[in-house]
Amino acid sequence: MLSVEQIQDEVARVLGDAAIDITAERGEVCVMIPRPRIAEALQALRDDAGTAMIQLVDICGVDYPERPERFDVVYHLLSLRHNARLRIKIQTDEATPVPSVVGVHPCAGWFEREAWDMYGIAFSGNPDLRRLLTDYGFEGHPLRKDFPLTGYVEMRYDNAEKRVVYEPVKLPQDFRNFDFLSPWEGMTDVNTRMAQEEKPAGVEGNKP
Amino acid sequence: MMQDMEFPERETVGPDGKRVLPFTVNLGPQHPAAHGVLRMILEMDGEIVERADPHIGLLHRGTEKLIEYKTYMQALPYFDRLDYVAPMSQEHAFALAVEKLLGLDVPLRGQYIRVLFAEISRILNHILNITTFAIDLGAVTPSLWGFEQREVLMEFYERASGARMHANYFRPGGVHQDLPEGLESDIATWAAQFPQFLSDVETLLNENRIFRQRTVDIGTVTKDEAIAWGFSGPMLRASGVAWDLRKSQPYDVYGRMDFDVPVGKTGDCYARYLVRVEEMRQSLRIINQCLKEMPASDSKDGAVMTADHKVAPPKRADMKMSMEAMIHHFKLYSEGYHVPAGETYTAVEAPKGEFGVYLISDGSNKPYRCKIRAPAYAHLQGSDFMFRGHMLSDAVATIGSLDIVFGEIDR
Repeated sequence: MLSVEQIQDEVARVLGDAAIDITAERGEVCVMIPRPRIAEALQALRDDAGTAMIQLVDICGVDYPERPERFDVVYHLLSLRHNARLRIKIQTDEATPVPSVVGVHPCAGWFEREAWDMYGIAFSGNPDLRRLLTDYGFEGHPLRKDFPLTGYVEMRYDNAEKRVVYEPVKLPQDFRNFDFLSPWEGMTDVNTRMAQEEKPAGVEGNKP
Repeated sequence: MMQDMEFPERETVGPDGKRVLPFTVNLGPQHPAAHGVLRMILEMDGEIVERADPHIGLLHRGTEKLIEYKTYMQALPYFDRLDYVAPMSQEHAFALAVEKLLGLDVPLRGQYIRVLFAEISRILNHILNITTFAIDLGAVTPSLWGFEQREVLMEFYERASGARMHANYFRPGGVHQDLPEGLESDIATWAAQFPQFLSDVETLLNENRIFRQRTVDIGTVTKDEAIAWGFSGPMLRASGVAWDLRKSQPYDVYGRMDFDVPVGKTGDCYARYLVRVEEMRQSLRIINQCLKEMPASDSKDGAVMTADHKVAPPKRADMKMSMEAMIHHFKLYSEGYHVPAGETYTAVEAPKGEFGVYLISDGSNKPYRCKIRAPAYAHLQGSDFMFRGHMLSDAVATIGSLDIVFGEIDR
């Protein structure tokens, strides 16, 4: 098993100037990469014997609406040979497509479809970028932070029309989002309290 | 049901100049061999599958979105409802991820109980998979025997947690409550008779001519394909890759356990069946070791939950006497605990493969993002290349060997 420092060194060597920033937090290595270079970076990490990140475990989107480039696309890689994991992040916005990595890791297909479905992150070069998890004909991208939890439409079977109909969501009671956040620091343990003295909880987002 | 407009791009022109559309078959979403709500559009050439297009999401409940609106404690029960065949394995991943962000240690007995029930979950899962797989191929008896065993195991779930399936038992910091008196010895009694069940099932299936004709050399996956398509768990091991997170990246007390990792040779449906049967034997070894080595409740390491009352609720008896315990209880069940800002990807070896939780915390009492990486999601994606060139009935056998549960694929 490679140590965290070894992974960092190997990744820095393989990626060269493509790695903007290499960090290690809780024993997990994370690399920031410029968006256009993601496919070549994954290929280099896969083919180099020093990293051998041959398995793509997951791709997911994360939404930070307050940023100009609001989406993170996070790739998780696994090296079976070195028993090491690596996290790669790129940033994008609603309009800019991300190069698809289907050519490097075939399993990226569905993960990219899911990110498109859930966040509206477009992947250029994915041969089959259809919606995956949501309903046929669904509109919107439900995991975006500005998409309401209750959604916009609800469906039911209409006995008169003999088919399923979609209608705007009608809530008998408004959606209640209780704010239990206490203004005191008592609920957090010691190491959290130390961190919170610089930054009040829940006010600042988790900006990378 | 025939649908001839599913692949307009696959249209060709025949020798007489007429349009030729591929013959497509719609399988599911209501079909017993679809193992849930899988809908597949199969493009056929005669009885040979040329292309498969799984349509998933019919059980999509927006778990990841819901978790963003719940405190960490409220988010946990959603994990039972992912892979509802082995609920506690999913809870395990989330509990470990939160513990990693909190920097929390779990008492030894709590770790043993978690490993014990994670292995019970594995047996629960494998019994269901093997027996329903046999049903798909026409053998009904194994399921009748298997469900008898599952019922006993779910009773153990109930005695430990109060619920047969949706246990909500593993919590960040340990497990919710200690095992009731007598449960450990009852599990030991059950474990003593279980090998007999396994050999009975193997007598029915291993040398069975029909079973072997339907599974050997069907849905073969090579080593390289398995890795490239993101396979994990028995799907990866059946193709000859000796990779098990319990060995390579041990969590809780798996590092102390003595067990073997079965590896298949051929990567076909039969190898996957054999790997799962052998995994149950190994799980049984782990269960027996847990029962033997587990520290007693009244010993030094006998706690099952961390003593940090900023995370774990106080005992009911303490609340009657102590004002502080009362306040802790109230704040835990209204505001919940805060998790330090940061992110982690934590994976466990769930029965179906690598089940991962990518958790991002912004320091508040709710997760900012919780991505669930389900193993069967990647396996089902590979169904297209596994089906090609096989008969429709072989596609059904392959679906059975994939071990898919739609709770976790659709989330």
